[in-house]
Formats: sequence, structure tokens, C-alpha cells
Amino acid sequence: MGNGTHIGRVRGLGAAHEGAHHWVTQRLTAGSNLLLMLWLIVSLVRLPELSYGVVQSWLSSPWAAVPMILLVISVFNHFRLGLQVVIEDYQHDETRIVLMSLLNYFTIAAGTFAIFSILKVAFTGAAA
Amino acid sequence: MTVSILHRVTGSGMATVGVIVFLWWLGALAAGERDYARFMDLLTVKSGAPNIAGYILGIGLTLSFFQHMMTGIRHFVMDAGAAFELKANKSFAVLTVVVSVLLTAALWGYITYDQLKAAPAGNAPIAVETK
Ligand code: HEM
Ligand code: HEM
Repeated sequence: MGNGTHIGRVRGLGAAHEGAHHWVTQRLTAGSNLLLMLWLIVSLVRLPELSYGVVQSWLSSPWAAVPMILLVISVFNHFRLGLQVVIEDYQHDETRIVLMSLLNYFTIAAGTFAIFSILKVAFTGAAA
Repeated sequence: MTVSILHRVTGSGMATVGVIVFLWWLGALAAGERDYARFMDLLTVKSGAPNIAGYILGIGLTLSFFQHMMTGIRHFVMDAGAAFELKANKSFAVLTVVVSVLLTAALWGYITYDQLKAAPAGNAPIAVETK
């Protein structure tokens, strides 16, 4: 490892490991998305109807609320990474930083809202 | 080639439109019966079947999902180093579109069939709410 040119300083250190981490997380979440989204579609279609009473009592069971929270964590992480790549591909000036920040704020705020709603339904179960 | 942009469009579409509908649905459900009924009113007709907006969003999002799912699986296969031969690659690409359309048709066929079969809300397992 030299201390002269930039390339000299980084040569031999290997990758920053961030790029590969992004790629792997995108695929790990893709796998869990696949399972959880199919679970959600099958569950919703199998409900007799989508009225308040039916959906509310379905989501207040831990067997629905827990996978639903996992789904939010998986899908929201997945699309945050995914949209980040889309922004990186098209946005080359400062707007990139702005969009990237908005994306992160949006994902966390929206994910928190979603999980809060699920928990609220789950914990206020019986009352309808 | 075409299917890779489909993957991007469907992914970005679900991440925006799909997530908004999802949050709206969960938020209304958590807010209570009246708010949930309002949400459903925007997307369904009285019988509980989807209205135009419900069909466009419902079919649009399920088709997007199945297309993205199939191109996502194609990604997995190609990441593993398979299906790079021109012919296999092309057939796989076409296959993703065919399968996603078939799955969407099957799902909505099933939903519609179920509604026809269930007929007037007579056999609803809980007290039928009146609007
Ligand atoms: C069956 C479930 C899913 C699978 C198997 C899957 C698979 C994948 C894969 C492998 C990638 C990486 C593509 C690449 O590296 O170029 C990806 C990208 C992406 N996914 Fe998914 N995904 C799934 C569900 C979802 C859902 C539910 C959403 C949105 C709510 C979503 C949004 C995105 C976005 C925005 C991208 C970035 C697209 C791009 O870079 O062009 N995915 N998906
Ligand atoms: C395109 C975007 C949106 C439009 C056009 C829209 C429109 C509406 C309309 C017309 C109502 C019925 C209001 C009423 O009659 O009182 C409503 C209710 C509601 N929306 Fe949205 N909305 C949008 C996005 C969202 C998002 C992103 C969320 C959640 C993050 C959300 C959460 C809610 C909730 C919780 C209610 C019930 C509120 C209440 O009446 O107490 N909406 N929305």
C-alpha cells in the first residue's frame, strides 16, 4: 500500500464492501418478498370478503400481523435499494442527493406508519 | 431487453402507486370501521365487487407484481450464470410476460368466480353491515 497516488492508496485494500452488500440485500429481500407477497395475495383472496370485520379480525391474529410486519420490512427495504439504483442511473447532479434523502425519509416514515397501523389493528383486536 | 425495462417500471410503479394504496388501506383499517368503509367505497361498488378504479388499480398492481416476480426470478437464474444463450434468453424473456399475464388472469378469474358463486351476501360469516 503506497501513500502517493490515489490508486496507490486504495490498491490491495479490496472493495469497500458496500456495493456487494447492496446487491446481496437486494436479492435476500427479493427472496423474502417472493414468499411474503405470495402469502399476502393468497391470504387476501381466501378471505370470504374484504369487509371491515373480516379484514380486521384477520389482521389481529398474530399469524397475519407478524408476516405482515415482516413483509413491510422486506418490501420497503427492497424498494428503497431498488429506487436508489434507479435514481443513481438517471440523476447525475445535486438533485441526486435531494432525491436520495427524500427516498430514505419516505421509506422510513411510510414503513413506520405501516407497522404502527398493523400493530394498532393487532392490539385493539376484539373491539370492532 | 424489453423485459429488463419492464422489471424497472413494475418495481418503481409498485414502490410508488402500490405503496400508497397499501398505506392507505392499512391506515384506514387502523382508523376504524367508518374510515375503512370510505376507503372501500372509493374502490368498490355496493356488492363489494371492484369499480373501475378498483379494477384498474387491482389488475394493474397484480399484473405488475407477477411481471416483476417473473423477471426477478429470471434475474436469479441469470445471476447463477444460466440462460445466457441467445435462444434460451429470448424464450425466457417471452415466458415471463406470458406467465405473468396467465397468473393475473387466473387470479382475477378466481376472484370474479368466487363473487358470482357467493351471490347476494347471504352466506357472509359475520353480521352484514349496511351502508
Ligand atoms: C416476488 C417478489 C420480488 C422479487 C423476486 C423481486 C426481485 C427483484 C430483483 C432480483 C431486483 C434486482 C434487479 C437488478 O439488480 O437489476 C429487483 C429490483 C427492484 N424491485 Fe423487486 N422483487 C420483488 C418484489 C418487489 C416489490 C413488491 C417491489 C415494490 C414495492 C419491488 C421493487 C423493486 C424496485 C423498485 C427495483 C429496482 C429496479 C431497477 O433497478 O431497475 N420489488 N427486484
Ligand atoms: C393520491 C393520494 C391520496 C388521495 C387522493 C387520498 C384521498 C383520500 C380521501 C378522498 C379520503 C376520504 C376522506 C374523507 O372522506 O374523510 C381519504 C381518507 C384517508 N386517507 Fe387518503 N388519500 C391519498 C393518500 C393517502 C396516503 C398516502 C395515506 C396514508 C399514508 C392515506 C391515509 C388515509 C386515511 C388514514 C384516511 C381516513 C382518514 C379519516 O377520514 O380519518 N391517504 N384519503
